Amino acid sequence: MDPLDLVGAEPGPARTILFDGRPVPALPGQTLAAALWADGVLAWRTTRNGGRPRGAFCGIGQCFDCLATVNGRPNQRLCLLPAEPGDTVTTQEGHGHADLEV
Amino acid sequence: MPTSKSEPGAGRAGVYDLAVIGAGPAGLAAADTAAALGLRVALLDAGSRPGGQYYRHPAPELGAARPEKLHHGWTAFARLRARLAASPLVDHLPGHHVWAAEAGVPGDERRPWRLHATRGPGAGDRATVLARAALLATGAYERHLPFPGWTLPGVVTAGGAQAMLKSSLVLPGRRIVVAGSGPLLLAAASSLVAAGAEVPAIVEATSYLGYARGLPVLTGNPGKLAEGTAHGARLLRHGVRLRRSSAVVEAHGTDRVTAVTVARLDARWKPVPGSERRIACDAVAIGHGLVPQIELAAELGAETVTGPDGAVALKVDARQRTSVPGLWAAGETCGVGGADLALAEGVLAARAVAGRPDGGREVAVRRRRRAFAALMAAAHAPGPDWTGWVTDDTDVCRCEEVPAREIRAAVAELGAGDARTVKLLTRAGMGWCQGRMCGPAVACLSGGGGAAGRPDSRPLSCPVPLAQLAEPVRSVEQPGPGPD
Ligand code: FES
Repeated sequence: MDPLDLVGAEPGPARTILFDGRPVPALPGQTLAAALWADGVLAWRTTRNGGRPRGAFCGIGQCFDCLATVNGRPNQRLCLLPAEPGDTVTTQEGHGHADLEV
Repeated sequence: MPTSKSEPGAGRAGVYDLAVIGAGPAGLAAADTAAALGLRVALLDAGSRPGGQYYRHPAPELGAARPEKLHHGWTAFARLRARLAASPLVDHLPGHHVWAAEAGVPGDERRPWRLHATRGPGAGDRATVLARAALLATGAYERHLPFPGWTLPGVVTAGGAQAMLKSSLVLPGRRIVVAGSGPLLLAAASSLVAAGAEVPAIVEATSYLGYARGLPVLTGNPGKLAEGTAHGARLLRHGVRLRRSSAVVEAHGTDRVTAVTVARLDARWKPVPGSERRIACDAVAIGHGLVPQIELAAELGAETVTGPDGAVALKVDARQRTSVPGLWAAGETCGVGGADLALAEGVLAARAVAGRPDGGREVAVRRRRRAFAALMAAAHAPGPDWTGWVTDDTDVCRCEEVPAREIRAAVAELGAGDARTVKLLTRAGMGWCQGRMCGPAVACLSGGGGAAGRPDSRPLSCPVPLAQLAEPVRSVEQPGPGPD
């Protein structure tokens, strides 16, 4: 049994998102965090001080552990964002504004 | 409270009779009942679909034919949702996160309640709802107690694992240890195994002996017993082992969790040396019960009560009225007690707002369930010595990466005696989540006692883009034309 069988889900065809340049399938209606979990990915940012990996913790938009860069915008909560075809997710390092540093 | 029907012209000036905040069980029942009594209702909710956390369900695009498989009481929700969709008197406002409530003056038409909501990141994404009365049904959030390794990927909240499963049909791993305390653990483990996960153990910190003292309360709540039994039967069938008086005292792994260490606890929740056991897993779902989410009302100065587990809830009277005139509350905001209780209180609150007498059935349900809730809270109250498993280098504040060592030093060397001072000295609780994840733990480690503590006073109850705060109010959501 898997979660889709349990509820008799018949989603439309999966769309493709890119995670650090690698294609990952996402079912319509799933969040970006969910698509990554389904693909076995649990971490998509590193912390500002310790450089430690983090991913989704609370799953409902409260903890901000699931931040990543989405389509070029840093600090997006992946547990809240529905996966759209062609979305590009990149692992976020630190505060996500490294490109602004001189 | 006059209704739009008994008072011609009311509801035409852009003012709803009632604004309900939160579309979970309490809010849905309240909106439904109020509309059935002729009130014009705005139902504001942060989520994109009604249901709250309890009735969280798959996105329609996932085409789930049997969403009820992941729920208890789905029929009650399906009925409420259908009635809500059909009601011309309820405006459901999804994606509206209320960040501030300005109290109105009951009876003064020119001084209604003003509820400020954000709908997105843009400067114009703000909305204001005007109403004669407000009803807070914002539910609760999870309480977390840190342990070494709890920041590793794969360690998730029990509620979060359930939320991701219910809405997106995914699991964090294949072999998931469920740990913490409270009835939510059984519910979470039960849905995880139903969805195909292996749960090698449920690690529950209490002994469950607390329940034995409340036998009369238990027998008065046969529904609750049946629910527990149903979870228990499913867990037994899947060979899930319940370890009582135990806790996960460490999660192992470098880039993700690969195993946990479980230790037995004494009556004060101090780990018993030599009792450690290692369990291999690829995910951990943790949670120590729920704490009422009452920031909006606390900001208005509403009176509160402290429950047997130290959690602070809104104080309401027999008709669900808070101490703030014109503000009602229902469900978990008045103390965590489950969906049946929330449904009943939603009905009671709405009837009170509409000036109708109480229904006897709901009053009886409330009495029984409140007694059960008190028993449950006492049985699962965090023991005073849980901090014994927090090592000095355990990050307590996840956002700011503040280890226990710094918090302990702030208390022992710098003389900080409360969470607020510790926060200022260490930045614990000052990050993105504003202490929602670490608040109870920081309060405990600061010697403030109570693993729940008083909710921090926050002028804004959720993150609001600065541009929206600066923006003058332009959009006021108005009640649409009713059937009359
Ligand atoms: S997982 Fe907590 S905010 Fe996304």
